[in-house]
Amino acid sequence: MFKILKYIFFDLIRSRWSYVYLLFYLLLGAVLLFLNNDLSKAVITLMNVIIILVPLIGTLFGVMYYYNSKEFTELLLAQPIKRSSIFIGQYLGVALSLCMSLIIGLGIPFVLYGLFQSNEIWDFVLLLVTGTFLTLIFTALAFNIVLYNENKIKGFSYSILLWLFMAVIYDGLFLMSLIAFQSYPLDSFSIGATMFNPIDLSRILILLKLDISALLGYTGAVFKKFFGTGLGLFISIGALSLWVVLPVLNIYRKCRKKDF
Amino acid sequence: MIKIEQLHKKFGKNQVLKGVDLEFLDKGIFAIIGPNGSGKTTLIKALLGMVVPDKGDLSVGGTSIRKDWRYRDQIDYLPQIANFPANLTVKELISMIKDLRNRPGEDKRLIALFKIEPFLSKKLSNLSGGTKQKVNLVLTLMFDSPIIILDEPTTGLDPIALIHLKELIKEEKAKGKIILITSHIMSFVEEMADEIVFLLEGKVYFKGNIEALKTQTDESNFEHAIANLLTQEDV
Repeated sequence: MFKILKYIFFDLIRSRWSYVYLLFYLLLGAVLLFLNNDLSKAVITLMNVIIILVPLIGTLFGVMYYYNSKEFTELLLAQPIKRSSIFIGQYLGVALSLCMSLIIGLGIPFVLYGLFQSNEIWDFVLLLVTGTFLTLIFTALAFNIVLYNENKIKGFSYSILLWLFMAVIYDGLFLMSLIAFQSYPLDSFSIGATMFNPIDLSRILILLKLDISALLGYTGAVFKKFFGTGLGLFISIGALSLWVVLPVLNIYRKCRKKDF
Repeated sequence: MIKIEQLHKKFGKNQVLKGVDLEFLDKGIFAIIGPNGSGKTTLIKALLGMVVPDKGDLSVGGTSIRKDWRYRDQIDYLPQIANFPANLTVKELISMIKDLRNRPGEDKRLIALFKIEPFLSKKLSNLSGGTKQKVNLVLTLMFDSPIIILDEPTTGLDPIALIHLKELIKEEKAKGKIILITSHIMSFVEEMADEIVFLLEGKVYFKGNIEALKTQTDESNFEHAIANLLTQEDV
């Protein structure tokens, strides 16, 4: 598995798209920091960009990589390698190369700005951790989608739908259900509903850490009231980890039974 | 060496293999031929463990291939379409496959033979179709495994490379290997194959040497004999 991971990773970090992705974050980080001069605000703006953009790029890259490397996968399948090592290796190769672009792209401007002398280093680290989680989660979901769909158009449509649902529609439905059932106690419902959306989870995680109650929203406030900041952080990180582990386990299960 | 018993495979509603029984015991070149959609590629993929059969058993070297992937170490496989990671160079790809198989390969000789030294440090996305196929051949033939499976090996090759390929295949046969080839180019099959396996609609329709086929169909020309097999089926 690590051999596959190594080669896929080195293949991908040399691709044009990795550079574009890296440059985008470099630019975004630099612009936000040097025009804004407020680290905390920069982190919030970055969070808003990251929780929407990272899932989109993660899903699209995952789907694109799988379909583009179909023949190469077949070549690997004919080698004396375990099937699960091939797919988990590919998945990690894609996800880690994306994570690297994110971490380096945002890291450089922040380090240049003097992050290490500031108190907000942990906020920033948490931002990167969430970005990494989201990349791992959505790339894994993308690999799940493509393993079930040989048809490229279907695969792409489902992955875009998944992103749209998680990033936009879910919130809308959530809000509407809160309004519709406002006469009932909704605390446990809203906590449960948040757990089912990694994007919401990440948002709450960062906002809990930043301690900006105005931005927490209803779910965030409930979260904080329920768990307090420390436990809330812990639970949301735990839920995010589950969001990584479950899709990866399914990749492992599905790839062993699939025909190529 | 290779034993296939009652192999069935269905994709959705499409029953591709309907009980294939085959044995390849001795060394030799075996051509698997048949019209499009007759199940050639599925048969090969089942042998490589890429397709999971619905029914039936496959064994390589005396052990069943279900559940155990290590048997693939005995097989060199040339896939039909050569498509590699775009950003790796040819050299890196070759060392990668050697690394993955954990074996040394005699790539130097093959690189010289197919004259791909000038492309060694080029990215794979910049190669022409024929050059990719040559790289593909180097990747397949550089290992010394007892079984070689070639899926449409002649695609895109220039005449000189084709001559080298034929020589290589004969050399490998002389070493006592089992070589399975699928091809649509009948002259290539006629020249190379010791025995042919004719698949039709998921069944083995004919297995034997070319002479036997010619006598059975009463044709002196190999291509016509094949065509004859197909028309017999229609009647």
